[in-house]
Amino acid sequence: MKNKDIKISNIIESCNLKVVCCQELSGRGIEGGYASDLLSDVMANTKAGDIWVTLQGHPNIVAVAKLKELAGIIIVNGRTPEEETLNKAKAENIIILTSNLPAFELIGRLYESGISGMR
Amino acid sequence: MHKKTAFEQIFQIKGGDFINAGEPSIKIRNILKDIGIDADIIRRVAITAYEAEMNVVMYGQRGTMKLLVTPEKIVLHIQDKGQGIEDIELAMKPGFTTATEEMREMGFGAGMGLPNIKKNADRFNIRSTIGQGTKLRITFKVK
Repeated sequence: MKNKDIKISNIIESCNLKVVCCQELSGRGIEGGYASDLLSDVMANTKAGDIWVTLQGHPNIVAVAKLKELAGIIIVNGRTPEEETLNKAKAENIIILTSNLPAFELIGRLYESGISGMR
Repeated sequence: MHKKTAFEQIFQIKGGDFINAGEPSIKIRNILKDIGIDADIIRRVAITAYEAEMNVVMYGQRGTMKLLVTPEKIVLHIQDKGQGIEDIELAMKPGFTTATEEMREMGFGAGMGLPNIKKNADRFNIRSTIGQGTKLRITFKVK
């Protein structure tokens, strides 16, 4: 499977993710991946269409994802985003997923699913 | 956009308001998209607008961000009433930050804000007065 053919719905299944906002956006394609908990780093180094793996669950992650046109956000380690984060995500059409896995483990599975951080 | 016309809009930024932070930057991005500005320029404007906005949210009491679009250029003017920057040269150094522990836990304060702005702008001016505030002028050429 080529990178561009992967949709969010594919990784929801293969990586056992939970959709916490905006199930209707799960048809979006994923172009690549990026992992970071530093917002300036994400602003500087992500590309449009990246799926973003992070520990952060506060509302500002939505602005970052929107501004960089990211495919979506995966919050790891079983963390739950704040209520306000979900409100923002709904308003800005950003899909947010959660995983019980730690970042290292989840990223390994995303890579196995065909998503690369290099392109 | 009609030649020789200019578009201008001012956005308010509230210091300490981490909930609504980023909204002015998103609005600016949407405006530029509607005008039909080149995607790479929009990406660079979005990065700088966000970094400048977050600096006001973190260190200013209140501020404004003005977007000016002409056929030749896009200009962001950001000014805040705030503590000001003591040593601009030091503040421009990648990795330098005065962010609190709480801000860092949220993923801010990586010391990349001003360097990110400089890197993505065609021209960047910064002026600051201790105890009064900081002014940024960020210019992008439109091809």
